[in-house]
Amino acid sequence: MFDKILIANRGEIACRVIKTARKMGIKTVAVYSDADKEALHVQMADEAVRIGEATSAKSYLKADRIIRACKRTGAQAVHPGYGFLSENKDFQKALKREKIAFIGPDAKAIEAMGDKITSKKLADEAGVSTVPGHMGIIKGTDEAVEIAKSIGYPVMLKASAGGGGKGMRIAHNDAEAREGFERATSEAISSFGDDRVFIEKFVEQPRHIEIQVLADRHGNCIYVGERECSIQRRHQKVIEEAPSPFIDEKTRKSMGKQAVALAKAVDYVSAGTVEFIVDAKRNFYFLEMNTRLQVEHPVTELITGIDLVEWMIKIANGEKLTVKQSNVKLNGWAMESRVYAEDPYRNFLPSTGRLVTYRPPEESKNVRVDTGVYEGGEISMFYDPMVAKLCTWGKTRKEAIAHMRDALDQYYIRGISHNIPFLASVMGKDRFIKGQLTTNFIAEEYPDGFSDADLPPDDPTPLVAVAALIHRAHSNRAAHISGRLEGHEESVSNSWVVDIGGKQRAVEISDAAEEGISGSVKIGRRRIEVDSAWTFGQPLFIGSVDGKDVCIQVDRDGIGYLLFHNGAKVEARVYTPREAELVKLMPVKVAPDMSSFLLSPMPGLLVSVEVKEGQQFKAGENLAIVEAMKMENVLKAERDGVVKKIPEEAGASLAVDQIIMEFE
Amino acid sequence: MSEIFQKLEEKRAEARLGGGQRRIDVQHSKGKLTARERIDVLFDPGSFEEWDMFVEHRSVDFGMEKKKIPGDGVITGYGTVNGRPVFVFSQDFTVFGGSLSESHANKILKVMEKAVQVGAPVIGLNDSGGARIQEGVASLAGYADVFYQNVLASGVVPQISMVMGPCAGGAVYSPAITDFIFMVKDTSYMFVTGPDVVKTVTHETVTQEELGGATTHASKSGVADGMFENDVEALLQLRRLLDFLPLNNKEKPPVIPTVDPPDRKDFSLDTLVPDNPNKPYDMKELIGKVVDEGDFFEIGEHFAKNMIVGFGRMEGQTVGIIANQPMVLAGCLDIESSRKSARFVRFCDCFNIPLLTFVDVPGFMPGTDQEYGGIIKHGAKLLFAYAEATVPKITVITRKAYGGAYDVMSSKHIGGDVNFAWPTAEIAVMGAKGAVEIIFRKDIGDAKKIAARTKEYEENFANPFRAANLGFIDDVIMPHGTRRRVCNALAMLRTKDIKNPWKKHGNIPL
Repeated sequence: MFDKILIANRGEIACRVIKTARKMGIKTVAVYSDADKEALHVQMADEAVRIGEATSAKSYLKADRIIRACKRTGAQAVHPGYGFLSENKDFQKALKREKIAFIGPDAKAIEAMGDKITSKKLADEAGVSTVPGHMGIIKGTDEAVEIAKSIGYPVMLKASAGGGGKGMRIAHNDAEAREGFERATSEAISSFGDDRVFIEKFVEQPRHIEIQVLADRHGNCIYVGERECSIQRRHQKVIEEAPSPFIDEKTRKSMGKQAVALAKAVDYVSAGTVEFIVDAKRNFYFLEMNTRLQVEHPVTELITGIDLVEWMIKIANGEKLTVKQSNVKLNGWAMESRVYAEDPYRNFLPSTGRLVTYRPPEESKNVRVDTGVYEGGEISMFYDPMVAKLCTWGKTRKEAIAHMRDALDQYYIRGISHNIPFLASVMGKDRFIKGQLTTNFIAEEYPDGFSDADLPPDDPTPLVAVAALIHRAHSNRAAHISGRLEGHEESVSNSWVVDIGGKQRAVEISDAAEEGISGSVKIGRRRIEVDSAWTFGQPLFIGSVDGKDVCIQVDRDGIGYLLFHNGAKVEARVYTPREAELVKLMPVKVAPDMSSFLLSPMPGLLVSVEVKEGQQFKAGENLAIVEAMKMENVLKAERDGVVKKIPEEAGASLAVDQIIMEFE
Repeated sequence: MSEIFQKLEEKRAEARLGGGQRRIDVQHSKGKLTARERIDVLFDPGSFEEWDMFVEHRSVDFGMEKKKIPGDGVITGYGTVNGRPVFVFSQDFTVFGGSLSESHANKILKVMEKAVQVGAPVIGLNDSGGARIQEGVASLAGYADVFYQNVLASGVVPQISMVMGPCAGGAVYSPAITDFIFMVKDTSYMFVTGPDVVKTVTHETVTQEELGGATTHASKSGVADGMFENDVEALLQLRRLLDFLPLNNKEKPPVIPTVDPPDRKDFSLDTLVPDNPNKPYDMKELIGKVVDEGDFFEIGEHFAKNMIVGFGRMEGQTVGIIANQPMVLAGCLDIESSRKSARFVRFCDCFNIPLLTFVDVPGFMPGTDQEYGGIIKHGAKLLFAYAEATVPKITVITRKAYGGAYDVMSSKHIGGDVNFAWPTAEIAVMGAKGAVEIIFRKDIGDAKKIAARTKEYEENFANPFRAANLGFIDDVIMPHGTRRRVCNALAMLRTKDIKNPWKKHGNIPL
């Protein structure tokens, strides 16, 4: 076995690989860019080597520097993780020349599967079911229309070299096919410098289901179940699970067999994933093969008990795959949520910055957290904004979802925006619970983006009871302040009014304990028993409310509380009955709607304005640059729109919240 | 007998109605509570003891003798806030517009004098149209009497003004003398002369809100130490503030028991200061992570944001926190931040509240604005206040402590009791680049030489060890241990006893 391996990656995947290596008694070497000097993977590894500047092109994509780091540290093998150099055949070859093992497939397989047309051809030859379509090079627009017609509409036109959604078009008729082909071709040139476009059948109500394969150098190849990754936002996977709620044993077997056939056809070694698109009738078609470890591999590990990284390392070391196909048993259900640093309420704009507070849920047999960050760490603008992969396991899908909801309630992140409210929302959607997934799930369930209205309906009673008891405890403690008038000490009342979002509910507390939070709260006719060991300053209220286990995040905010539960954030105030009566006399102030303005987020200098009056812009487009503290901050559009007026010119000095431009 | 009892009840009921239901409704329609309702929120339920409910004015001019309302526009007395005694006067806008008559002033004076005698804070809930014009100079005399009493009480008991309606003309000077002024958004304003006079004299057109609203005073003028959304929130926040304050200048700061361990480590602080010295970070994160349970009551949040001041607790006991904020103007000292923090330091010293100072200061703000505005004297206020303070003084330098600003920010030299520095601290006359350009002026053309010199300077001075060698820093501490070290120092300093030389009073550069 290797004594030492290098992980040519960062973030959670680097940490995840280090964990397995450590378990196997292998020493690890991390590599890092300037932005990652303090990153978790650097801290976890036995050794760390700086490989360049923050941008990945100058660090994590620099094959020569990584190879130099191997030589310097004596690492005998490299695990590439996913992304970066993981599917780079030249990197694989270069390592081979240096006699450093690549923990992944050979260059030949990477190359064969890296091209959409070649891979589809190979799949076809290996007897893998492929989407009906045209494999050859298309000479011109007329030929494209003919091909489209012969396949039958709707068809999809795709850049051969493309990935994700780039250069992809759907056509329902000849005219659309004509236009789509031309547009796809020009986009293919500008994006990939490769004008090849192919046409295939467009699958309706598609599901994304993929098969994990493992192969060794001794001709053994198995499939390790499937994963369903249909929950995607703009072709970016958000929630994955294993097994798929849609696949039956027969389909699984035939998908698995085809995946193995393809792997064998390209002499595949190591872990790989064959992605399929599955239609409503369980017809499945080959999409592509990913010649690396997938982001979502933990769900497979959770239901099979197989450590995929361990096998990747062993296989790279030339060992035999001892797991036989018949040994692969699917046990229970696993679910993965990708926790991203992005603001779901602002069109999923990436959010970068310091993790002021970061407390992932505790790991257990039901919860696994693959994270690459820590409290006080930084979500950098240079890399993928994924904070962690939160995985849960349960005996059934229902249980896995329930564990996921609990784990999301416990996930405490402050300092950056995150998508936990969105993930909680998906977990609460009826269609998701029923397993009726397609890759259009998010587009269809959230046609206007995400808002509070998408949050699962939540019974406010537990929040009311918990707020009342926490407030009573705070009041009781404050009433024990030093310097009171002797004999006139204040005793704390048991009658309170809880105000959540302006709605008042009178409560009566009895049997409140002096220690911890327990007692009985009467809300209207309901009596709710609460019991928890919560104490002052703790961010998580974990306890039983009305016989149910709950976790509520509690932030004390001066005289009120912010409570987070089930993806929702609510403001709670707890008043005495007299105060509650008087609060009703207070005017309701409506915050002025500033959404049609671009405001300066900080005092600073307006360096440049990137748009003109009357110009249309898309969400994410740069609008202006503000410099503050010698740092340039790019202000991006949160939605599509048109610029109405720009009262400020470049060079102006700005106060915080000063209007830079107005939208229509 | 029962008839007399009944008469008392009738008289009370009449007094409680103040200016009558119609005016009460008008008060509510403006989004304001009445003077009595405010007292209900401020004090523990049922604890209010009212005085002078039946006091009436003695004016006989302009037919005033026929218009008398018991209480005469102000409700006075005392009550408890979490069991501790507090005096209050709450002006009643429904009675003669809350205007100040001689009797009205006398009621205020009565509670103030008693507050000083027993050593309990005085809260003023201001909501008054101004002087009772019908009384002429008698009303003015009343104001002056209150000012005088305010001054005598200053430094003896905490005095807090909550401006909850108009407060104009001479009336502003009573709050101005008190320790803190808070305002309620949209319903309160303070100015010496109103928009009409301003227009006549200076031809400026300005609204009441712009001239003296809560936002103006809390963010522009710095007259107000804070602003709140509405009356109820303002009074609940006032209760919260009172829990931080001792009742008088002979008392130690109050203690509220805490479960937050004094030796709690916070490793995230080890990454708080960024590598790049020009990159800001939020000093409020440090404050929140050091004090008990993250509970911090900020004073002057919206004014001179380059300096943070406010109250927190360590092991249950109040501390006053002063901190440079690198997020705003790089945390430099300027006129406004010096004024704000100097006054805060003096308040804490008056009332035995230990001072905890977090330093990241690149120096004083340069510029003609600052020099013409008198930064020399304003900066000296903070220096004076720190030097004169005899309460325990603990200083933690997190990053920059450059030049004169280093001296000012509670340095060892002006009486800092325990001075810590994080390993990231740079205690020097100035940043390396500036220093090298002065010391090695002749090498300026030679980039290579300058770079080498800069590196040399950084190695020698951009660290806390020079200062530690000289004993100006008591210890270099790990950021994650800041709470523990500060708690230990505070515990040790609890019995600190020093006296400045006898004097009538010092002469702070006002």
